Amino acid sequence: MNKNSSLYHGLVLGAFCLGFGLLLAVTDALTAKDIAARAMEDRQNSLAAVIPDAIHDNNPVVDTILLDVAKDEGLTVYLAKKDGLVTGVAYEVSGIGYAGRIKLMLGVGADGRVLGVRALAHKETPGLGDKIEIKKGDWIERFTGLGLGNPPIEKWKVKKDGGQFDQFSGATITPRGVVGAIREGLVFFDARKQELTQPQPPQKVNEVR
Amino acid sequence: MATGYGRIARDGLWDNNGVLAMLLGMCPTMAMTTSATNGLGMGLATAVVMAASGGLVATFRGYITQEVRIPVYILIVAAMVTVVDLTMNAYMHDLYKVLGLFIPLIVSNCLPLARLESFASKEPVLPSLADGVFMGLGFTLALTAIGAVREILGAGTLFADASLLLGPAFSFMEVRVMPESMGTLMMILPPGGFLVTGFLVVGKRMIDVAGGKAIQMGGAHAV
Repeated sequence: MNKNSSLYHGLVLGAFCLGFGLLLAVTDALTAKDIAARAMEDRQNSLAAVIPDAIHDNNPVVDTILLDVAKDEGLTVYLAKKDGLVTGVAYEVSGIGYAGRIKLMLGVGADGRVLGVRALAHKETPGLGDKIEIKKGDWIERFTGLGLGNPPIEKWKVKKDGGQFDQFSGATITPRGVVGAIREGLVFFDARKQELTQPQPPQKVNEVR
Repeated sequence: MATGYGRIARDGLWDNNGVLAMLLGMCPTMAMTTSATNGLGMGLATAVVMAASGGLVATFRGYITQEVRIPVYILIVAAMVTVVDLTMNAYMHDLYKVLGLFIPLIVSNCLPLARLESFASKEPVLPSLADGVFMGLGFTLALTAIGAVREILGAGTLFADASLLLGPAFSFMEVRVMPESMGTLMMILPPGGFLVTGFLVVGKRMIDVAGGKAIQMGGAHAV
């Protein structure tokens, strides 16, 4: 075949695409299982930080329900159960920080009090806003044990906005986003308490016992 | 055509350093040098991709026609990046959590493409592999240096979290140089990247001039 024809160039390019496509397929097939296992461990670790081990005897990672929060939008809720009763739930909440969305994992006990909060992902300024990470400071621990009555909902704000939570020096917007997200998360728990703590059997997904 | 390995090593590490002489790969350079550890990790991942893609392009250089060479290079670099990405995710997960977001950036790095075009497409497999390794190590060197300066000035530490990258045995590398309150936040933010890179480029040229070498017009011959 003429090496200068478009057909030849097309065949060369096509052959490389096929070859490297196969390589990627093989790599994916070899690593898919390990990657899924790692993702599971990650989720287990982030849940372990917001749901104390002592309050459950199930595996919350696979014991989940899906709640409708908006049209076409579901929220995966991880359930902590002891002897078949829901003792706590964990779900993702998010607030707007200084540089986009801050994703948090929020654990709430059956009594409506915060079991723990951890930052999952954020793009806040290193050295200022990233103090919400447990790695960088214990600021995020201050919410543990608090609920909507304690402090009252109008105090669930940073001090600058008339609430009771300290912002950290140099950053107000980040803590404001985090406190707001937790407040919204607790309001959500309050509004959907029935569905959250007494999930109906048909809603259970992937339950492993 | 034959190029000595000593020459290749010298070129990659210093004379023709991807960042400090050719000013290529600025995107990951700016984004990933907020600490020495991040720079080191990004550099090493890039070196692996460069070595693998250099070797592959040299292997297939007889079949890649002039007209389709750029898409084929991009295909090869992208495939190597994906393989590194998946492998790290599966088997070096802690490191992946630190670098994972930035691995895909290697595809958009001009440095591997420039080396494929100017070196691997013309040279045999082994020298091309060596070129990838040493260009990648030179990149690592530059990123680690920039990261170290930014980290010391910005956060007061050096090689913080190195144990996450290299394993617990390397925690001795984590040094606090000065208290965090003395850090200048700007050095961690993007302007610091430009400033430090600029000063290091100047520093390299001053060393070259002092050593009596003619200043090369960086980048002009490589793009």
